[in-house]
Amino acid sequence: MRSTTTVLIFLGVLFLTGFALIAVWPSDPDRYLPGDFWPEGRGIKVGDWERETMRLGLDLRGGSYLVLQADPPADYQGDLGQALDVAKEVVERRVNAFGVSEAEITKTSGNRLTVEVPGLDINEATDLIGKTARLEFRVPNPDGTDVIPATGVVDGQTYTMSGQYLKNNTFPSQQGTTYAVNFETTGIGSKLMEQITGNALRYPEGDTRRYLLIYLDDELISQAQVQSVISDQGQITGQESFTAAKNLSKQLNAGALPVPLKTIQSSEVSATLGEDSVLDSVHAGIVGLIAVALFMILYYRLPGALAAAALVVYTSLTLMVFKLWPVTLTLSGIAAFVLSVGMAVDANILIFERMKEELRRGRTLNSAIDLGFRRAWTSIRDSNISTLITCLILYYFGNQFGASLVKGFALTLAIGVLISMFSAITVTRTFLKMIVGTRIARNHWLFNAEERRSGRVVAPKAEAAGGK
Amino acid sequence: MLDFAGKRWWYLSFSLAIFLVAVICLALFQLKAGIEFTSGSSFTIEFTERPVEQSDLRSAMSDLGHGEARIQGAGENTFIIRTRELQVASTPDTTGAGPTAPVQGEIDGIEASLRERFGELTRRDFSTVSSTVSSEIARNATLAVVAASVFILLYIWWAFRHLPRPYRYGTAAIIAVLHDAFIILGLFALLGEIRGTEVDTGFITALLTVIGFSVHDTIVVFDRIRENISNDPYIPFEEAVNASMTETLARSINTSLVVVLTVVAMLLIGGVTIRNFLIVLLVGVAAGTYSSIGIASQLLVAWERNDIGRWFQAHARPVGHAGGRARLTPALANEKRGLAVFRGPLFFPRNSPILAGVKVALW
Repeated sequence: MRSTTTVLIFLGVLFLTGFALIAVWPSDPDRYLPGDFWPEGRGIKVGDWERETMRLGLDLRGGSYLVLQADPPADYQGDLGQALDVAKEVVERRVNAFGVSEAEITKTSGNRLTVEVPGLDINEATDLIGKTARLEFRVPNPDGTDVIPATGVVDGQTYTMSGQYLKNNTFPSQQGTTYAVNFETTGIGSKLMEQITGNALRYPEGDTRRYLLIYLDDELISQAQVQSVISDQGQITGQESFTAAKNLSKQLNAGALPVPLKTIQSSEVSATLGEDSVLDSVHAGIVGLIAVALFMILYYRLPGALAAAALVVYTSLTLMVFKLWPVTLTLSGIAAFVLSVGMAVDANILIFERMKEELRRGRTLNSAIDLGFRRAWTSIRDSNISTLITCLILYYFGNQFGASLVKGFALTLAIGVLISMFSAITVTRTFLKMIVGTRIARNHWLFNAEERRSGRVVAPKAEAAGGK
Repeated sequence: MLDFAGKRWWYLSFSLAIFLVAVICLALFQLKAGIEFTSGSSFTIEFTERPVEQSDLRSAMSDLGHGEARIQGAGENTFIIRTRELQVASTPDTTGAGPTAPVQGEIDGIEASLRERFGELTRRDFSTVSSTVSSEIARNATLAVVAASVFILLYIWWAFRHLPRPYRYGTAAIIAVLHDAFIILGLFALLGEIRGTEVDTGFITALLTVIGFSVHDTIVVFDRIRENISNDPYIPFEEAVNASMTETLARSINTSLVVVLTVVAMLLIGGVTIRNFLIVLLVGVAAGTYSSIGIASQLLVAWERNDIGRWFQAHARPVGHAGGRARLTPALANEKRGLAVFRGPLFFPRNSPILAGVKVALW
């Protein structure tokens, strides 16, 4: 009864799982698994592919700890506390733009920011945050021989157009065949830009003096010909690719730092939940999963064993997605993962219970599998869709309010639920179909589905007792 | 077939009693915000005499009354410790210009005790830190949960649209979820009072997890009701509900068992720092499983049988006759158009354990 499709899907699942296992395997398995369990060494190596380790959050693994102090220029006027709030936001953005979420940034007494970034070592973290990004706008001087800061006059005073007058909300967009970066000015920035661009427009098209140059930390990141007067909003067009536009946008955002920051302390820190505690929990999690697998096998017998195998597939696929995405896993991510494992197992349980009913009604295994899946499907669908709805809303709220905890939870849960549906529908089903037609398939004991009492569809008491 | 629906008064009364206890706990004691949500103190300690384990330091801080302390290793025998705001005797240097001025007070007591226990140490970088997680997260999470509830209600409404009065299913599911959430909130308010347990981000996460689990579990039971009614539209509602609960009981218990197995394993041998998180999960999963059977499904039956309306009719009395013993017929009550008042035991069915439950709760 095994169709070619079944065999093909089975092989596909095996291949995918193999790939996932290779991708997921920790580069340092001894850390997580009992030492004598595995061969010596650093796990599997395939070719030159350096498998980056799972991105774990501060609570689980720690990272870098930087203390930054506001280092305002002597003539700095304005509210330092407020500037620090903005600086905090900017550092947050920089960190997030780098793809490291779940960083922790706190304001500390003495005009300081404490920044903790998961997973990065000190050098990477300092490069990312510690460096003071100074964004400056420059123009060629009137005789076109040199480049000078672009300035404007507001209320009789001369200001240099710099990152502090730029909102850090620039974004890339498509303009026909090329790409552009959109930006907005803030404060007196609109007046400055108006004067600077107005000035540039006096020169004919193609003249070098018509150009506006943008420097980040004295490094030229953009030069563009001024095409019209810019005040509140502007665009830098002509970016060759979306990636280029996105990078420029990122750089502009990073440069919109209101006050220079100086790194005064940096060290690598361990997990906030405690190294010891995390390792204990990982071991406990493994024990828990083994207990679940045992329970499934004892209670559901053969399908339980197949479900346990499907659970391995499910776990490795989910972890692979987390790793390749990459998702920074924190405690909340783990919680979502545990919940999604529960839901994946639940989908299997739902299907098996239905299958058992069908088998007891005297159906053949093949039709019992199909009917079991079909009848369990509505509940799997509805419960998973409502979970996905919850995820969507939590993600939206988390994003809106900058609650990365809620966002991370929603994202990991959504990934988990989607894969769990795939696992229940495709993987378990394929595994079951593979044994149809073999000798074991005719043994109802293996399915815990002997026809105990003829004429009775279910034996609830027996089931309930077995469940305890 | 087990008769669940026939005993719905027991289930609903028990649930209501538990719910009330939880709400009372929450109102009386309130939740205690953990150090992630409040400003606190942070300092770095380097042990120079002998190596110190993170877990020993944690238990030492705990003994000093700082169970909330967050301890991170930061290189060779050095730890960054974050606690709730420590009392200081003299004003610390807040100008931020120079190095932090020496501070006298609580911190010195901690330092002395740690020195006694672990040998020579140096302390540096004592500072006050703002909250790491905005305290608004609790409010925002609540908003998100409310919004999610509305959408789930709408979805269930839509998914059960082929049944009569499908909105009831969504409403019942959401009420069950609220029950579970309040049980956890109440439990933590109580634990906060008794053991000083604080609410941290792990708590919020676990609460979200429980909400997800609870809805999931309820929908599975409802799906069975939907199927049984579709198969036999003339089946008495109670019977359909009873059959559905009986049929899904094994599955409900097994699924909960799977989660409970994992969580118990982690509670027994896992790390101490996530214990609160795990307790929430454990209680929440139990509540979530119970509420599908004990609340969501029972509410459907009670609603279908118009139980609440029948009480009102049976026990409403016009104002002014409150002391009277004579029972007025509903028609008479309507006629007099008096404000309905509900008195004592008559509000509940005669065999109801609600009052007993409330009394127990008050005790």
